[in-house]
Amino acid sequence: MTDESTHLFDLELKLLLEAVYLRYHYDFRGYAISSLRRRVRHAMTRFDCARVSDLQHRIIHEPTFFAEAIQYFTVQVSEMFRDPDYFRALREEVVPVLTTYPSIKIWVAGCSSGEEVWSLAILLAEEGLLERSVIYATDINPDALVKAEQGTYRVERMAQFSRNYVAAGGRGSLSDYYTSAYGNAVFNRRLTRQVVFADHSLATDSVFSEVHLVSCRNVLIYFNRELQDRAVGLFSDALIRKGFLGLGSKESLQFGAHASMFDTFVPAQRIYQRKAS
Amino acid sequence: MSGHDLPAALDAIVIGASAGGVQALRVLLASLPVGFAPAVFVVQHIPRDRPSLLVELFGHVCALPVVEAEDKQPIQGGRIVFAPPDYHLLIEDRTAVALSLDEVVRYSRPSIDVLFESAAAAFDANLLAILLTGANEDGAEGVAAVRRAGGKAWVQCPSEAESPTMPESALALGGADAILRLDAMCQRLQGRPQ
Ligand SMILES: C[S@@+](CC[C@H](N)C(=O)[O-])C[C@H]1O[C@@H](n2cnc3c(N)ncnc32)[C@H](O)[C@@H]1O
Repeated sequence: MTDESTHLFDLELKLLLEAVYLRYHYDFRGYAISSLRRRVRHAMTRFDCARVSDLQHRIIHEPTFFAEAIQYFTVQVSEMFRDPDYFRALREEVVPVLTTYPSIKIWVAGCSSGEEVWSLAILLAEEGLLERSVIYATDINPDALVKAEQGTYRVERMAQFSRNYVAAGGRGSLSDYYTSAYGNAVFNRRLTRQVVFADHSLATDSVFSEVHLVSCRNVLIYFNRELQDRAVGLFSDALIRKGFLGLGSKESLQFGAHASMFDTFVPAQRIYQRKAS
Repeated sequence: MSGHDLPAALDAIVIGASAGGVQALRVLLASLPVGFAPAVFVVQHIPRDRPSLLVELFGHVCALPVVEAEDKQPIQGGRIVFAPPDYHLLIEDRTAVALSLDEVVRYSRPSIDVLFESAAAAFDANLLAILLTGANEDGAEGVAAVRRAGGKAWVQCPSEAESPTMPESALALGGADAILRLDAMCQRLQGRPQ
């Protein structure tokens, strides 16, 4: 709306993101504006702020308030074996290549509350690769990282997770991997002995390791094209030659700057392979 | 067909439909002629847990190219873009779309409100929103947002709609620039040269 109110809203939003960056070093300045507007509006309703600048005032002056408000900047939607065909493709097409390496490093970027990480760990365990794999699971949301490490999910979610697991080509039963207690499914910690959970931002941090596979699903959709290019640049730098990059089912490299660095590997599942040179 | 119920310069059309929508969309989208200039974006409520057949279905009956949205897909005039199942479709700016997994809105993802509100912010007065049949209230806020931003909104005549709730809710909340039957919508859209 070039109508005044949206113009001012966008202006204040810009200032808010700048303030958050200067004050807390969380950088949301390159996020896709269309969905960010909605989330900031939600935060304003939730915290009873008439203007974005009211929200900004509280965020700057109350760090504990920021810890709450940050939940509105990021979206924590996840599922185990979400898009089962993606995990099936990893199992059937990518694992056979990974098997040829003596040790395997995997980066799950934007791991949220861990569903994707635990899914991968189960998959690797079933394919006999877990023992020689290290998984880096990173996110910027501290609450999500704590949950990810716990690997504890409501039992009501298990029906869906189990269906996905089976559709993804699971070799046993998902219940082999968790015990139920007090309405929670607690996943077996043996699965994540090889997982390093860490705070890392695709917007501000740099590459920390060489890896064979990056799985970054439904994170890039929240970035504008420049920030997407930054993130994919990190992946391209982190990946070994012929390493793999898996994206979300509606994400692709084709509109970005680094498309020429990758070959499509399983196009339907958005799995790419870093070119050899 | 010119007049106060169509934007003077029309760059994009956003369409929302729910129950009964596939039939209505068949009439509306199939009527858009080759050379139609505006970009067209559609949210049809569909089950979240399986691939959508809409692109295949409409690809066969439409003269215009029909695709499913992908994140940051460039916006092209004369193309019909459907929201994928289980993602919100948003207009990021005049050049590209965006997708999101933000929480469901009124039980829906994709949500009509989310598409309409983002399109209003991006296209302001150069936008036409069309709300069709449906058994819920999605789209009402969106229609209001489009009109606030200076765009136009058409709502399907509730007496013609298979499920009148959605058009009625929109009319109750923010009104419309025109209340039309499908055949009248088709005529007006075809009346636009190019
Ligand atoms: C929708 S979740 C995706 C979860 C999981 N990958 C999946 O597909 O199920 C998006 C995640 O991206 C994280 N995220 C947002 N901005 C980030 C950034 N700059 N760096 C790393 N992670 C980020 C959010 O905190 C959130 O956990």
